[in-house]
Amino acid sequence: MSAATNAAAAVQIVGARKSFGDRQVLKGIDLSVPTGTVTVILGPSGSGKSTLLRAINHLEKLSAGYVAVGGELVGVRLAGDRLKELPEKEILRQRARIGFVFQNFNLFPHLTVLDNIVEAPVATGLLPKSAARERARELLAQVGLSSKADAFPKQLSGGQQQRVAIARALALDPHLILFDEPTSALDPELVGEVLAVIRRLADSGRTLVVVTHEIGFAREVADHVVFLDDGEIVEQGPPGVVLVSPRHARTRDFLSRVL
Amino acid sequence: MTTTSLSPRATESAETEVQVPPEAAARRVQGLRHPWQWVATAVVLILALNFGQTLFTNPAWAWDRVGHWFASPAILAGLVLTLEATAISAVVSFAGGVIVALARQSRNRVLSGSAWLYIWVFRSLPLILVLLFLYNLGNLYPEIGIGVPFGPQLEVRTTNVLTDLTLGVIGLSLSEIAYASEVVRAGLLAVDRGQHEAANALGIPRYRQFTRIVLPQALRSIVPAYVNQIIGLIKSSSLLFYVSLLDLFGVVQNLQSTYPTDIIPLFVVATIWYLILTGAIAIVQHYVERFYNRGLKGSR
Repeated sequence: MSAATNAAAAVQIVGARKSFGDRQVLKGIDLSVPTGTVTVILGPSGSGKSTLLRAINHLEKLSAGYVAVGGELVGVRLAGDRLKELPEKEILRQRARIGFVFQNFNLFPHLTVLDNIVEAPVATGLLPKSAARERARELLAQVGLSSKADAFPKQLSGGQQQRVAIARALALDPHLILFDEPTSALDPELVGEVLAVIRRLADSGRTLVVVTHEIGFAREVADHVVFLDDGEIVEQGPPGVVLVSPRHARTRDFLSRVL
Repeated sequence: MTTTSLSPRATESAETEVQVPPEAAARRVQGLRHPWQWVATAVVLILALNFGQTLFTNPAWAWDRVGHWFASPAILAGLVLTLEATAISAVVSFAGGVIVALARQSRNRVLSGSAWLYIWVFRSLPLILVLLFLYNLGNLYPEIGIGVPFGPQLEVRTTNVLTDLTLGVIGLSLSEIAYASEVVRAGLLAVDRGQHEAANALGIPRYRQFTRIVLPQALRSIVPAYVNQIIGLIKSSSLLFYVSLLDLFGVVQNLQSTYPTDIIPLFVVATIWYLILTGAIAIVQHYVERFYNRGLKGSR
């Protein structure tokens, strides 16, 4: 697959390799995510799925290969016959267009819920402060937390914190949002409220890439399921195929353990 | 008994039932008593009363002389100098400490190496040595300046720029920065990695990440440690006496040589003032800590 052929791709990952010392975490991944779709990445722990997701907004630097978002190389530029890393300032500018939701929320504990959401659009110059505050209140209403604007993150439940984190990511109005195991740190009874918010985002036309263990969510919401094991894509396709009648033994084995 | 089995030990039969009379089970459980507490209290009270009595009965305390000197102009002038030297040094050292801490964490080997060298040198030298060295700087370098090596130079006479207070503050700060930088560095390291990642993922510019996200959280652990440093600084400022600055302690020493009969009351005056200064700092610390802890104690 070449970079130029798929103009409708929100994310293109080509030949992505990553090693930590001797250990190869990603062994040459090619993946294309069409605009406006939901892609769910599944795989056992240590399969490289989080590394792959983090490479999309350059939180993880690839050893080789590249990622392009919206037709623009992320974190690197082509200089002659090789890829060179961009200056940090440029990378930060690119990241501001890509939403990222962490497993552990990573809300700023010393700022109120509202200030957590206001921070990025103001810091990046996207919105003036008053407009950012107004937008933040709208987003809080969307995730059902209007009454918590002045609370501090630690005063909220895990599910509420994750919904604030999603609102924080939305404040930059990204077309692409990446979710890194968004419900793995939550008590079981709080998982539903977060998945409901993500499900609504899926209907908003944004492109979502979700690393998760929630097979039910993948079956219901995903347009495309990718199964990763040992740094390689073992199998990918519509959820009705990959989750129901997987062709590979490794996929079947994984599904039998998580279902 | 050593056993690797996961099954219950044979001696603990599962069928044994504990028997407690219902009226005992219904009553409030009595907390553990601490009888030795009362013994300790008695000992402390007896010692305190004994000492307290001597404060009134021993005429050598000379409380009237303490009263005479306590707010005298000479003592107050010394107090002001102590406050000035400490306050300026505390601010300069904190700013310097942040810079050296950042240099120490830099990926640039020359920067981090220089920071390491600086910390090593100024933590090694006794403050009195640094102060006296600076005091004699005019002999070592009659003129100081900066310029391109072997190129044009900007030079001034050492004794013209370095007044005694400037020199004292520089001396205090030079050594304090070394400690402050380690306090700051520990605070920065204590901030969760996820905070840096979140700020990075949101595209927040580097400088703002530091001032708005990382430093405010680092201050939570920096403040208590740095207040400790400031208290040490107040006491270190008494060494300024040796570079002919009359701080609180310096004034007391001078007065003692003029009024040898008032040696004890003058020590008492200095003691009370140092207690007041440290007490005031502790009160300020309480509110500053409360400010930086906001949002970090969950109410759930």
